[in-house]
Amino acid sequence: MSRTLSAPVTVSFDYTRSVGPVLGRFLTGLRDGRFVGARLGDGRVVVPPPEFDPVTHRATTDFVDVAETGTVTSWTWVSEPVADQPFDRPFAFALITLDGADAPLLHAVDVASPDEISTGMRVRARWAAERTGAITDLVFEPESPEVPRLGAGAPRTSTIGTDPVTGIVTPVSLDYTYAASPEESAFFRGLAEGRIVAQRCPACRKVYVPPRPACPVDGVPTVEEIELSDAGTVTTFCIVNVPFLGQRITPPYVSAYILLDGADIALQHLILDIPVEEVRMGLRVKAVWKPREEWGTTIENISHFAPTGEPDADFATYAHHL
Amino acid sequence: MGKTPAAVVGVGQTHHRAKREDVSMAGLCREAMDRALEDAGMTLDEIDAIVVGKAPDLFEGVMMPELYLAEALGAVGKPLLRVHTAGSVGGSTAIVAASLVQAGVHRKVLTVAFEKQSESNAMWALSVPVPFVMPVHAGAGGYFAPHVRSYIRRSGAPTHIGAIVAAKDRTNALKNPYAHLHNEGTTVESVLASQMLWDPIRYDETCPSSDGACALVIASEDVATASPNPAWIHGTVMRSEPTTAAERDQVNPQAGRDAAAALWKQAGIASPIDEIDAAEIYVPFSWFEPMWLENLGFAAEGEGWRLTEAGETAMTGRIPVNCSGGVLSSNPIGASGMLRFGEAALQVRGAAGEHQVDGARKALGHAYGGGSQFFAMWVVGADKPSN
Repeated sequence: MSRTLSAPVTVSFDYTRSVGPVLGRFLTGLRDGRFVGARLGDGRVVVPPPEFDPVTHRATTDFVDVAETGTVTSWTWVSEPVADQPFDRPFAFALITLDGADAPLLHAVDVASPDEISTGMRVRARWAAERTGAITDLVFEPESPEVPRLGAGAPRTSTIGTDPVTGIVTPVSLDYTYAASPEESAFFRGLAEGRIVAQRCPACRKVYVPPRPACPVDGVPTVEEIELSDAGTVTTFCIVNVPFLGQRITPPYVSAYILLDGADIALQHLILDIPVEEVRMGLRVKAVWKPREEWGTTIENISHFAPTGEPDADFATYAHHL
Repeated sequence: MGKTPAAVVGVGQTHHRAKREDVSMAGLCREAMDRALEDAGMTLDEIDAIVVGKAPDLFEGVMMPELYLAEALGAVGKPLLRVHTAGSVGGSTAIVAASLVQAGVHRKVLTVAFEKQSESNAMWALSVPVPFVMPVHAGAGGYFAPHVRSYIRRSGAPTHIGAIVAAKDRTNALKNPYAHLHNEGTTVESVLASQMLWDPIRYDETCPSSDGACALVIASEDVATASPNPAWIHGTVMRSEPTTAAERDQVNPQAGRDAAAALWKQAGIASPIDEIDAAEIYVPFSWFEPMWLENLGFAAEGEGWRLTEAGETAMTGRIPVNCSGGVLSSNPIGASGMLRFGEAALQVRGAAGEHQVDGARKALGHAYGGGSQFFAMWVVGADKPSN
């Protein structure tokens, strides 16, 4: 058995990107089937146009159209495409200097094998039939009179709109493997057996739950194992009334710091079985466990904490935990 | 330590709004930078180095935005540094920039901090569920609300103190043309009547979500002396501590207390409340005004709320706090700390416009971040420091 528990985490969001007037002009051009570049202070024409001139620092204002044909100046082969790349089959990423431009644009070239692309090769844009004003509105293909052109000539066949493009949506999705530390893993494994396993720091003697790979004060792992009861005191809390994206508990709910008896640090959990307005600092609570068959290696084995009915704890007993 | 004198000679900021859909991140930064340079009477060509700061990359979904921003920030051929210390980053970025001048490495440093919150959703970004733990997290408000409750319990403060702060800062913001919120007629009663979001924090007691940027030009002694109204840097301090530790004081964190003590010593200040003429303190939730008044040493522990209640933190009080309207009125997160530092500089330069405190000579800029675990603060003054 691995010392550490791990679980997948996906962080994803559709970012709404304001592109500003310069990149907006470039993206509007793509939607309309043309490349808009800019002439910089040093006379070079660059596509996409930089928002600010790297030499004069002034905002870019001198826009020029360049051709949809160009020359590969360097390239790399993508043998195993991943999700959201321009193709789901092997392809090339290339630096392409469009005719009329002085600096290359990075884009994808649709060729079947690395033998079909080379530096100096001529390529041409192949526009998507429906275009939104994004860099993905096109790919490149070899400029060959024999190959019939798909979506040729870039007539604007899209019905996405005629207004200038001012923003794009950028979906981002990152897959992580979250790994708990060995000390935390011991805690989560304990929960799978209905036990709450804490550890004491060998230096400051404080009892940490969950245990820590490094005591925040002393920097050494907590070691000496202690099993805690599942009862404790609410030190402080808030009532969450606000709904938000990704929320997993329906508001209103009480998010509380619970100082388990014998611990030196509070744990965050949910308080139920009491009207929210009656929850208070010092309230004595006990874990309510889910049915055993639902248990895993998670604190969610505890459904919530509920009042024990004991008298409230004295403020002095937990004041130093606030 | 042999620090050489340095001063703020240019301050610039954007108009802060919920959505600045008219500009990209680069355009937003340049808006603040161009104003700071104009204020300093300089061009980007004269700048020796650029220091940029912003809060977590998850807020805009661009990893290491300083890489793509280098060109727009005028950093081609120059040193470009990016700083990150969560919400305090605007403050720590200004301190890093100042230290490059104070150390004698550069003579003219431009620093800029920004956030474009409209590109995503900070509440989501701060509440991404972590496997195995209870998904009770609910953004920054959910994080800080229990500690506000602890403060109220520990200090015995009346429960309307937070509303006093919110009404004051929103009213101050009416005098600041750059502020995001211009809510006319905000009163203690209207704040108390607003929706309870993260009990005990109400809707009107929380900061808005803003797009915005702030920039400063920090210059060496010779450059600053030639400038018409430099804000001399009298002290800079940063401190940090763990987010969670056994018996950690979450209401009055040790790192903040230590930072403040070191700051007052550096700046030669014996009694902050008597010697500081204006304070820009990072108050994203209204109750943090009395909490930080105590943490910073303007009041004894448990007594900060008395200053607020007595009106001493209003523009006409003993220690005017957040005359600009503060974080409660504009919160481009990454820039919020630099706005505090920049507004402090404006005060001692006599350049704060309608929210100017008459005759301000020394001012505090303060920022905090993470789970109250990063602190950054400076004192600026109208006079060159004697120490």
